[in-house]
Amino acid sequence: MFEQFLQFFYSGVTVGSAYALAALGFTIIYNTSGVINFAQGEFIMLGGMLAAVLVGAGVPLPLAVVIAVVVTSCVGLVMEKTVIQPARDAQVVSLIIITIGASLVVRGLVQIWLGKGTFSLTPFSGDSPIILLGASLLPQSLWVLGVTLVMVALMGWFFGRTLLGKAMLATSHNRVAAQLVGINTERVLLVSFGLAALLGGVGGVLLAPITYTSYDAGIMLGLKGFVAAVLGGLGGGAGAVAGGLILGIAEAMTAGFISSAYKDAVPFVLILFILFFMPRGLFGAKVSDRV
Amino acid sequence: MKAPRMRHPGLLVLAVILAVLPFVLTNAYYLDVAIKIALNAVVVIGLNLLVGYTGQISLGHAAFFGMGAYGSAVLTSHFGWPALAALAAGAATTGLLAFILARPVLKLKGHTLAMATLGLGIIIAMVINNESQWTGGPDGLAVPAFGLLGMDISGETQWYAVAAILLLLVTWGALNLIGSPAGRALQAIHGSEVAARVAGIDTTRFKVRVFVLSAVLASIAGSISAHYIGFITPNMAGFFHSIELVTMVVVGGSASIFGSIIGAALLTILPQFLSAFEGWETVVFGMILILCMIFLPRGLVPSIAAKLRKARG
Amino acid sequence: MLTIKNLDKHFGGVKAVQDISFTIAKGSIHAVIGPNGAGKTTLFNLITGVYTPSAGEILLRGENVAGMSPDALARRGMSRTFQNLQVCMNMSAIDNVMVGAHLLLNQGMFAGMLRLPSVRRADAACRDEAASLMDFVGVGRYVNAHATELSYGVLKRLEIARALAAKPQVLLLDEPAAGLNHTETGEVETLIRKVAQTGVTVVLVEHDMKLVMNLSDHILVLDHGKKLAEGTPAEVRANPDVLAAYLGTDLGAQA
Repeated sequence: MFEQFLQFFYSGVTVGSAYALAALGFTIIYNTSGVINFAQGEFIMLGGMLAAVLVGAGVPLPLAVVIAVVVTSCVGLVMEKTVIQPARDAQVVSLIIITIGASLVVRGLVQIWLGKGTFSLTPFSGDSPIILLGASLLPQSLWVLGVTLVMVALMGWFFGRTLLGKAMLATSHNRVAAQLVGINTERVLLVSFGLAALLGGVGGVLLAPITYTSYDAGIMLGLKGFVAAVLGGLGGGAGAVAGGLILGIAEAMTAGFISSAYKDAVPFVLILFILFFMPRGLFGAKVSDRV
Repeated sequence: MKAPRMRHPGLLVLAVILAVLPFVLTNAYYLDVAIKIALNAVVVIGLNLLVGYTGQISLGHAAFFGMGAYGSAVLTSHFGWPALAALAAGAATTGLLAFILARPVLKLKGHTLAMATLGLGIIIAMVINNESQWTGGPDGLAVPAFGLLGMDISGETQWYAVAAILLLLVTWGALNLIGSPAGRALQAIHGSEVAARVAGIDTTRFKVRVFVLSAVLASIAGSISAHYIGFITPNMAGFFHSIELVTMVVVGGSASIFGSIIGAALLTILPQFLSAFEGWETVVFGMILILCMIFLPRGLVPSIAAKLRKARG
Repeated sequence: MLTIKNLDKHFGGVKAVQDISFTIAKGSIHAVIGPNGAGKTTLFNLITGVYTPSAGEILLRGENVAGMSPDALARRGMSRTFQNLQVCMNMSAIDNVMVGAHLLLNQGMFAGMLRLPSVRRADAACRDEAASLMDFVGVGRYVNAHATELSYGVLKRLEIARALAAKPQVLLLDEPAAGLNHTETGEVETLIRKVAQTGVTVVLVEHDMKLVMNLSDHILVLDHGKKLAEGTPAEVRANPDVLAAYLGTDLGAQA
């Protein structure tokens, strides 16, 4: 029984790490621009799909991974430049619809190019499971978890120590003030989309060996990443990671012990619960509005 | 006695168009598209009342459509209910669910409201998909004919009459609503909720009611669509359909009843052209959404109306 | 008409309003003034139901309405305008005013959809009323305009028309002269006097001292959330504490 629990725990942590990366991407964009990027999931899908296609074309795995992540980041930059910039001051509803439109375009293009089939990647260091405390853990899971933690640490360093990172944080708190101090807020927005796309791409590449990826994998991943971000309070890296892991584990437990058909409902039930009872998430600060 | 002023010339135009159309569209296929447009327009008008006029968001509205469709289908095929009763039961259940959900959901605003409606829509669609013993699951469900007054409605012409009459009624009701104190209250909630409250408007009650109204309209349209098409699948309640509906509102015109009809028409016809190119359909939809929000944020009909007003001086 | 007793409001550690008490007589014009941050808008928001007091009572015609929602207060005859102009820019000018009369019509959605004769009649009467209100406040010429076509000064008066549409007993004006030029301010002053003459009790928050001194029957001065002084314009003008608060202690001591 304990082994079963541990098994679900491991798979929950694995997929939770991917959610954490997606959540980080959401959080970065939301914090610098107030936009909820509904296309975040497509970045994850792109990372996995591109890497799979490149490997299938004979490119060595490490190179394929790098190219996939770079291209995905570029897609994020292009998206910001072409679609978000022109509508920067629009209403919330408009921005939501625009990002949904962008996600449709990306998904549709991938569907046209690569069809509706599923793709997968070979695991980075083989697929013989490691036995840990009586349950088996895929080596790929260690990659996912490890890289996620590294990325979170890198983000922490970036936002805390580098000038550009601090500029981005300043923009997130008060865009006009940041502009007045000479921060190029347009570039900040561009970088934030690029970063979010990069994180998504990395997540996609890491996850592809474990779960099959296909042209429509982005929808659910994106939505779940968003749930994880809201769980974590849409604030900082720690919240996003915690949110992602909690969501992944909750999902795995539901799939294992309750019903695998409804495991996909877990994030949405969770998000409704959070939105109704704890709109600030688990880690968000309490704020009073000044009228 | 004053001669009655034509309050809604548009309504008359619509009625004339609807009456003349079957004689112009001799092909059964075109009539089929017209029927689908009319039924979509009913949903879109309801959604527009909620989104365009009252300023809320719903990214899960297809779920209500699906509930109506599956409610009718299940009650008529598994339990042998008469079609009209099933339709009423579906609408009542959908309305009740919307009523229960509305209060907590509509406390939210902006992104959080969008996510909440999205989540609800997905959960409902998931239930429809998974409970296959009732709903037939992903394989879909066949729907018996719609019996009315002892006669089965069949053939494009009869269905067209049903759809056209429904559309006219809904348009008439919606136009009346917008011009009434309740309609102004809804728009005031969109314009400035705090101003509406200090004017004495119970904003929560109005938001709940328009949400329920739009859900019920979607359910009724869903039920009729189910009987018309004869076969339903869980996609009808799915996320993409919800996005299609929002696109119709946004493209045709937020806060415009006739815009809703135009939007429904354009975006029902469009997939017909692209039906062979699924990927392209998605891409084109996405591009339409993006371009519309950047260049015509108020939608086609209001933007054109504004240009005409300016030209007139 | 309106009595405030020991009103308190904290936001976390910030005491925005402390132990404020005063009475407003029916039919009078009562101004609330004070330096920035004195708590005037907070006091206003407390009276009009936007905030709930931490302590104290707000008695409207003897009934304690502290903490009631804005729409409940509207039903009890209270109307207000907003400092930052809360006009519905998605509606026409006359529709904005008609919204103000919502309580008087009180028609639900179902009646609206069916366009029952009762709705039709009430609506037509409401429209006429709204048009004459727009005349009353001086924007009658814009009766067919859309809110987006109107200038700031016109919108400010439109908001007053909306507030009057409910036939309130108490009208609260939040900085009615903010952002207006000299001429427009004079017009607002005349308008407020006209309104008070119809028997409506007017309470205003305002920075324009000339307007306040000309109009008010009674003035309440706030500073740092507390009542600093209270009285007729003449009394307040001569009060050394008031002068000190506005101009600084040195000048105040010299006055």
